[in-house]
Amino acid sequence: MNIGVVTFPGSNCNADTEFAAALDGSTVHRLWHKDTSLPSQLDAIILPGGFSYGDYLRTGAIARFSPIMQEVIDFANKGGMVMGICNGFQILTECGLLPGALIRNANLSFVCKDVYLRVENANTNFTNSVTKNTVLRIPIAHGEGRYTAPLEVIEELEAEQRVIFRYVTPAGEDSPEANPNGSVHNIAGILNTAGNVMGLMPHPERASDPLNGSTDGLSVFTSIALLRS
Amino acid sequence: MKTYTAHVTVSLRRAILDVQGKTVERALHSLHMPALSNVRIGKYVELTVQAPDEDRAKELVDDACKKLLSNPVMEDYSFRLEERVTSGAVA
Repeated sequence: MNIGVVTFPGSNCNADTEFAAALDGSTVHRLWHKDTSLPSQLDAIILPGGFSYGDYLRTGAIARFSPIMQEVIDFANKGGMVMGICNGFQILTECGLLPGALIRNANLSFVCKDVYLRVENANTNFTNSVTKNTVLRIPIAHGEGRYTAPLEVIEELEAEQRVIFRYVTPAGEDSPEANPNGSVHNIAGILNTAGNVMGLMPHPERASDPLNGSTDGLSVFTSIALLRS
Repeated sequence: MKTYTAHVTVSLRRAILDVQGKTVERALHSLHMPALSNVRIGKYVELTVQAPDEDRAKELVDDACKKLLSNPVMEDYSFRLEERVTSGAVA
């Protein structure tokens, strides 16, 4: 696999993401926000977490117009796999590759802790290495992670099984207590209609090595790699 | 060409719970101001527009609001324009 990881000014998870993406032997290509072309052999692009452009105006609002994003959008529209983690997810909703928006957490606090995610759909490019209903322990670290979208969009996401991760209790129940940010339907990660673009607020790269305390995040990277192996 | 100042207000759409507004509302009530409610918190953006007339200036600002200054998925915007009068006539 050849995986591109974009660095924007203010990205701070790019190095961890490069580390996690390379664990299965994939070749990682560092992409810069000013790049106006992509390496021709890329199989997937990851937009990492951080605070691109200082979160000015809205999270992801400025990054979405950086030169590399036109390339990312073209890549996605041609079927290339794109994953956005945290700020990367926010950028994907701002640019319209994913529906909805991520707004201020319901408790108004920046929340940095491990959460539990239930895999709602294992038949995707990003979850095919695990089984449905698997519970993963992966950290979150965000102040704007409350997923919101018009009701009809939420209904469509649910009907098409495009909610792929949901915040749950350690036992796998999607209760209000398990919801760290007030996201509608405990949504933690969603897929686009074509199935090649995914965004999630939790940080799988921060749960990719035994030293992290959890390796549950590896399943996301392994799933991407399985596609070409 | 004329010069305008645009005063843009961006706020969360009514359908979306404004938790900051709710928190401030509770604080106002605890300060014994029960007559104040429905607090909405938003952003204020001020900018200068060069345009031949007010209609064109409105178009330019509206375009900026749709493309960048607001996210229509979660926010509404409104703005007013103020023509800046040059002081060329002053001797």
